[in-house]
Amino acid sequence: MSTSWDDLTEGAGPAPREYGPLTRTDFVRYQGASGDFNPIHHDEEFAKSSGFPTVFSVGMLQAGILGAYCTDWLGAENVRRFAVQFREQVWPGDHLECTATVVRKYEDGRERKVDLGLLVTRKESGGTAIKGEATFVVP
Amino acid sequence: MVDKSTVGLRDEPTEIPIERGKIREFARATMSHNPAYVEDRSPVAPPTFLTTLNFWTRGTESPLAKVGLDLRRLLHGGQEYVFHGPPPRAGTELTAQTRVDNIYEKEGKRGGTMTFVETVTEFRDPSGNLVAEARSTAIETAQAPT
Repeated sequence: MSTSWDDLTEGAGPAPREYGPLTRTDFVRYQGASGDFNPIHHDEEFAKSSGFPTVFSVGMLQAGILGAYCTDWLGAENVRRFAVQFREQVWPGDHLECTATVVRKYEDGRERKVDLGLLVTRKESGGTAIKGEATFVVP
Repeated sequence: MVDKSTVGLRDEPTEIPIERGKIREFARATMSHNPAYVEDRSPVAPPTFLTTLNFWTRGTESPLAKVGLDLRRLLHGGQEYVFHGPPPRAGTELTAQTRVDNIYEKEGKRGGTMTFVETVTEFRDPSGNLVAEARSTAIETAQAPT
């Protein structure tokens, strides 16, 4: 399940992974799991009255998908920092692609660490949904 | 109108138990099939799991509610989690306390001023050790986001 220190190279990363098409059910399931019940993500009338064409995904859903992509690769216990900036909204029907790149491989005291550059891309439009960074220890 | 005097304001500490069933539910909702989350009897929390603090706080008492943001013009700009060791395991009892950390303005690309509000939540174990910190950036745009 875990990737070894020698397998990690600056400028390289794991295979990209594709998700979707994202559905309204995915949004609702995430809202139930997270406790964020903002109606703009599931109530069509509310979203339209707020000026949007339809409901859109919770930013923290695609952030969570990206987090799981990283911990699948480097281990659930090893994450030490995970940060995201939200860019484009994600809409029902979108396919997403997660990618990760090692930007720095280093020793910090007695711990070996990697810093990652992360992206969630909307496959259809090519737009960036999330730009992220993470730090993992590598036991 | 955003009230900058709210910087430094804190809420009351909230107890937040880390629960196995909630971790499993969260892992599935974020499309993870990692056995570390769904099969382990005492799994660690996924990287963004502490957002479930939502279940334990009352929104109207949050310091962010006192800042005076216009909810119709509000965007979630970013989110950061820092862990001072492995993420907390199911069965851990944490205490969370949130403060307004910073309020600042930037000119938007399409004109108008955007207001950024950063809140920081500290998660501590029963001994008072800092386990994790969450930094959330809310953005009030000049116009409703369309």
